[in-house]
Amino acid sequence: MQAVVQEIVGQMGNEKAPLLQVLLAVQDASPRNYVSEEAVRAIARSMRVSRCRVYSTASFYTEISLKPRGRHLIRICGNAPCENAGRAAIMDAIQKELGIKAGEITADGLISLEKVSCLGACYKSPAIKVDHQIYGNLTPEEAVAIIRSLREEFSNEHNGSPVGI
Amino acid sequence: MSTVEITINKKTVRVPENITIMAAAKLNGISLPSLCHHPDQKVKANCRVCAVEVEGSKNLVASCSTMVSEGMKITTNSPRVRETVRTIVELILADHPQECLTCIRSGECELRQLAFKLGMKEVQGVKTVKRLPLDLSTPSLVRDPNKCIKCGRCAEVCHHVQEVGILYSHNRGLDIGVTPEYGKELKDVACVLCGQCVLACPVGAIYEKDDTDKVWEALGNPDKHVVVQVAPSVRVSIAEEFDQPSGSIATSKLVSALRLLGFDRVFDTDFAADLTIMEEGHELLQRLQTGGVLPLITSCSPGWIKYIEHFYPELLPHVSSCKSPQQMFGAMAKSYYAQISGIDPKDIFVVSVMPCTAKKYEAARPEMKDSGYRDVDAVLTTRELGRMFKHEGIDFNSLEDGEFDSPLGISTGAAAIFGVTGGVMEAALRTVYEVVTGQTLEKLEFTGVRGMAGVKASSVNLGGTEVKVAVAHGLAHAKQIMEAIAAGEADYTFIEVMCCPGGCIGGGGQPYGTTNAVREKRIQGLYEVDQKAELRKSHENPAIQKLYEDYLQAPLSPVSHKLLHTTYTNRCQHELQ
Ligand code: SF4
Ligand code: SF4
Ligand code: SF4
Ligand code: FES
Ligand code: FES
Repeated sequence: MQAVVQEIVGQMGNEKAPLLQVLLAVQDASPRNYVSEEAVRAIARSMRVSRCRVYSTASFYTEISLKPRGRHLIRICGNAPCENAGRAAIMDAIQKELGIKAGEITADGLISLEKVSCLGACYKSPAIKVDHQIYGNLTPEEAVAIIRSLREEFSNEHNGSPVGI
Repeated sequence: MSTVEITINKKTVRVPENITIMAAAKLNGISLPSLCHHPDQKVKANCRVCAVEVEGSKNLVASCSTMVSEGMKITTNSPRVRETVRTIVELILADHPQECLTCIRSGECELRQLAFKLGMKEVQGVKTVKRLPLDLSTPSLVRDPNKCIKCGRCAEVCHHVQEVGILYSHNRGLDIGVTPEYGKELKDVACVLCGQCVLACPVGAIYEKDDTDKVWEALGNPDKHVVVQVAPSVRVSIAEEFDQPSGSIATSKLVSALRLLGFDRVFDTDFAADLTIMEEGHELLQRLQTGGVLPLITSCSPGWIKYIEHFYPELLPHVSSCKSPQQMFGAMAKSYYAQISGIDPKDIFVVSVMPCTAKKYEAARPEMKDSGYRDVDAVLTTRELGRMFKHEGIDFNSLEDGEFDSPLGISTGAAAIFGVTGGVMEAALRTVYEVVTGQTLEKLEFTGVRGMAGVKASSVNLGGTEVKVAVAHGLAHAKQIMEAIAAGEADYTFIEVMCCPGGCIGGGGQPYGTTNAVREKRIQGLYEVDQKAELRKSHENPAIQKLYEDYLQAPLSPVSHKLLHTTYTNRCQHELQ
């Protein structure tokens, strides 16, 4: 972990890099899409700040997760414009396809589902965000298709073995 | 000094430029409410209770963070200001346990005082908030997150004065908490238990673990011979608990008050400080003569010891093996004193009164029992002792003067200055100089190591050889020196480190309201004690001379080593590496 973090911090210009950027990069490098306690310690060491400063920033920004998540993160907007544009049907379809509710992780560790407020994509509501990609003007069928392609992609790469921690 | 003209509540006044509205109001007789503001800290401006109106600005502004400017028109007493401030305080109170009657901070709580000052009668919308557990994990401190108003004052001192970095604000919105990472307990992080966060906190959210009951119990037990030792810096701070000016010297009244509490003997940690100088001075000489590890670093400050054990364990061989005066006293009380008084050491109960929360931790260290009995049985902070005096209705200011008991109450001026930054160094140099040169030191004051500068470097001529010394107080400054040693860039021979700013007089167990200005007053107080002392060099203390003759033989003798020296533990959790 220390080596991974050291490299990320090094690439970002050492101790001067903004903590949030480092946290995001470390999170991206984590198979479970989160910042572990070990990573918090490693970042603190590499950047020579206190552990609780790192934790403070990590716990402040909703973009950072301090708990393991699925390798992929699906965020569904729960605000009014998306609600009016048929969010409920999308949510139902996704939950059914994944077999989990919002706030949960699929048993294979592949996908986390989160309900958030506004993705900044109101102009094409209803919208979801898969990792860094926004999908707008969605139908339930399209949402299900997106999930299936994520699964397919993963099993092609890994022959179906579960996601590591 | 340039000034600006401003108007406060319709009155036109000139004030210095580059000051805040809050400071300008203060200069003109108005104390604005404040909570997150602290005179020694940088501006945080998160509580908003200091709001005032400034003409031309739509919103109220925070007076602690807004600078005055030419022609500024400020109103502090409008209905709008009053209404806003009361609403803000009401919101804080709605979230706050209504426990002032039994709260340790009650008498001196800034929030309670503010509520009283604003005449808060009823609090609307009191929430039944979930009670969070207290952190009782260390022998020194208690954290009560329920009373925390999230002002960030503790985090500021922990990160910027001490640079230990334990407390910080986490999460967002309603879940904000000021805690160690992951809400860990203090025992599971590298907290040094200095208690500087206690002094910084405006409310009762962090405080000393109260040991007064232990002491009441011992005092009430007829089978116990209860002796008390008082640290140097307590004599110049205890009177503040009884509304005397900061730094007032109250040694004799303190002794009388302790007798009134019922202690069998009232002794002085200063005695043990003189003993420490004998041991540590000779350790320095021995290391110089035998090519031992240098620089030698002092070991009297338990917060400092815990810090180096966590953060720079590879430098531990530099630390003097001498126990602190508190522990040396305990070891002597249960060996030498037991012998000369004919009292079974198992019946002796040693209480110390310390300016320090880390001393509670030090006394509880498992290795501190070289006489076969725990060196020190209970440690009270200055604040706890003040509470005991008040509990007994002792009218401190009108007491007659008392004198310490012999022999463990006899001391010199050199011991008194142990309580200030640079004092251990100065006391050691007085003795080492005379031992090395065989000559009488004419000028006792080593002014190069005095004062509030964070790191003080100086050099002393010891019979022909120049010896470089350095003094640091506050752990951020200690860290600078440790980094220099680790980098091989420090050519000092002897280094004094005290954990707290100003030394023990600024310790985390001292009366509330310990600001840097107050610290300076207490420093003056201790230098005055030294100035007026009959004896001012540790090696001239007749009680110490007799102790060596009759019991210890010589500094660094096998008996001394057994009872007065100790070992350290690597506690590194790889905080820095
Ligand atoms: S911290 Fe202050 S306001 Fe809160 S219960 Fe204690 S005395 Fe009262
Ligand atoms: S006791 Fe000292 S090190 Fe511990 S949290 Fe408080 S200020 Fe920080
Ligand atoms: S513990 Fe005290 S100083 Fe720290 S944030 Fe809470 S109220 Fe402020
Ligand atoms: S409301 Fe759904 S993206 Fe903004
Ligand atoms: S005292 Fe000014 S905002 Fe807290």
